[in-house]
Amino acid sequence: MDFFHVLVVLLESTIRVSVPLVFAALAGLFTERAGVFDIGLEGKMLGAAFAAGAVAAVTQSVWVGLLAAVLISILLSLVHGYASITQRGNQIVSGVAINFIVAGSTVILGEAWFRQGGRTPALGEGARFQTIHLPGADAIREIPLLGPIYADLLSGHFLLTYLAFAMVPATWWILYRTRFGLRLRAVGENPGAVDTAGISVIWLRYRAVICCGILCGFAGAYLSLAMTAGFVKGMTAGKGYIALAALIFAKWRPKNVMFACLLFGFLDALAIRLQGTPLPLIGQVPVQLMQALPYILTVILLAGFIGKAIPPKAGGVPYVKER
Amino acid sequence: MSTPYAKLPGWVEYGLIPLINLAVAFVVAGLVVLLVGENPFEAAYHLINGAFGRGEYIGFTLYYATTFIFTGLAVAVAFHAGLFNIGGEGQAYVGGIGVALACLWLDQVMPWYVVFPLAILGSAFFGALWAFLPGWLQAKRGSHIVITTIMFNFIASSLMVYLLTRVLKPLGSMAPQTRTFAEGGQLPKLDWLLSIFGLNVGTAPFNISFLLALAAAFGVWVLIWRTKLGYEMRTMGHSPSAARYAGIRESRITVITMMISGGLAGMMALNPIMGEQFRMQLDFVQGAGFVGIAVALMGRSHPGGIIPAAILFGVLYQGGAEIAFEMPSISRDMIVIIQGLVILFAGALENMFRPAITRAFAMRGQRAAAVVQTKGA
Repeated sequence: MDFFHVLVVLLESTIRVSVPLVFAALAGLFTERAGVFDIGLEGKMLGAAFAAGAVAAVTQSVWVGLLAAVLISILLSLVHGYASITQRGNQIVSGVAINFIVAGSTVILGEAWFRQGGRTPALGEGARFQTIHLPGADAIREIPLLGPIYADLLSGHFLLTYLAFAMVPATWWILYRTRFGLRLRAVGENPGAVDTAGISVIWLRYRAVICCGILCGFAGAYLSLAMTAGFVKGMTAGKGYIALAALIFAKWRPKNVMFACLLFGFLDALAIRLQGTPLPLIGQVPVQLMQALPYILTVILLAGFIGKAIPPKAGGVPYVKER
Repeated sequence: MSTPYAKLPGWVEYGLIPLINLAVAFVVAGLVVLLVGENPFEAAYHLINGAFGRGEYIGFTLYYATTFIFTGLAVAVAFHAGLFNIGGEGQAYVGGIGVALACLWLDQVMPWYVVFPLAILGSAFFGALWAFLPGWLQAKRGSHIVITTIMFNFIASSLMVYLLTRVLKPLGSMAPQTRTFAEGGQLPKLDWLLSIFGLNVGTAPFNISFLLALAAAFGVWVLIWRTKLGYEMRTMGHSPSAARYAGIRESRITVITMMISGGLAGMMALNPIMGEQFRMQLDFVQGAGFVGIAVALMGRSHPGGIIPAAILFGVLYQGGAEIAFEMPSISRDMIVIIQGLVILFAGALENMFRPAITRAFAMRGQRAAAVVQTKGA
């Protein structure tokens, strides 16, 4: 029973830390499937988190904060789109630039506007997301096994948490069951064919980039409006890169994205849990090894030792209409 | 890759266009200063004064520039072979192990000029080692170098935290760093170089690794433009298929290029570890690996461009500290913004102003031709 309780707590925190990863990795899925590589996920998420925290603090409204997060994130996506689609610049360079600009701006603007060392003011009740209790959670808590799973694991999360996991089938449906999704995937594999069919490659890629912006906006808003009450500088702390790793680990497929994010979230939760406690047989595992594990796993996957991760064929290549 | 743009004169290509991109980046940065409610011209004054106002400031500027020459060269070497080494940060970090090991081993018994060459070899070795794996994985297993080097940055960061908190930390110490090196692990300052110009270097950690950086820049120039290997690298960067038809072994060049790149990034560690702090601390790289990307882009991957670009970033870092001191509402993070803007305008948007400039030159060319014709008639 004690082990079971530990497991529930561990899985609960796994879900909590996985949410921004799911949003950001799905965001990356949209652009990368359309042939635009995006290592600016980190920057967009950070910018969105800042916008959410700052606007929610001023307006005291969580919804206006969320809207601001999505708008800023779309704006940054459009900068990336302009550089990599219209100007046919290097997509990696553009992504790196966005990460830098946001990392600096959030600190400078945060300090100038709120003067709290780069933070935004702590948010009150109405200015942040509240947890949602599913119906009957308290009533069945006492039932063994099912009770804690329902009451502690499934209930008591934020609206954005449920949205994140709902986005997984939604993304699958959009990509594999709609005309837009079919074209979007085609433009990432063979933009020439899409162009020949009379469909604008540029407009399609811009729409993919905007979808990415919306989802990164949710990821950022979750960080500053749900997970914590306010923005702290550098609060994404590499989550954008973990999401990128998860996206590759998932071989650019929606369902796999969710499981990869949950796996990386679990490793993160486990690392915190195991800190300083020795394991049987292995002894004490350095917490740094646990933290590096998602990256190491991704490298091993990329090397083709556990399956092969094949990116969209036209990824990273700007489309030139006339050759 | 074929460039869809007309050829421009060299001074436009390598002088005017980078300068315009840089100017735009600074204008946008000025807007951020305005947004914060400060005067951009005052900030610019503090920037210039903070970087050049005194011998000591110049010493600091050149100290930062030394670091950025190494990381800029690292990124540039890889660029020439068509590889984007985004892992300079991790390679520099791991390169620190080589410096620290040489210093910890010999600093008490040997003078610096014995330790220094070993530290150079050590830093280059560990940096190259950290770049070897991504290079090898790209060459043999087809994994994308950008992604693997990003992953290796994070793995390096975890590894170094582990080493500095568990292995290299002296007994009884709480801080995650090695012990302070004795005299043999400390590089001499270049005060004599500045005193030629009548400047006093003061407390600035401007040290002999600056000369090593210049030598490395020269070495990279020789490598890229004067050796067979460099020719093969450039061929591969220009057209991988042409390189393949010419019998150039792509995988071999990829691995070697990445190791040279990583070695250069690793040598960056000499400057802060042996030249300033005299011990290896957590996060001593402080983003210099990423600055290297901006430096290489600004310098058009040519050593002759990288040195001034590195000095420009040295100015930004030293002058930025002065801005932060004089104008408290602008912190040092302003540098990060400018850096990002330079990367954006000089890298991703480098062709934004090109059509307009090309048109302007085409018009001037026509007018000149017309003048010649009327004179002839």
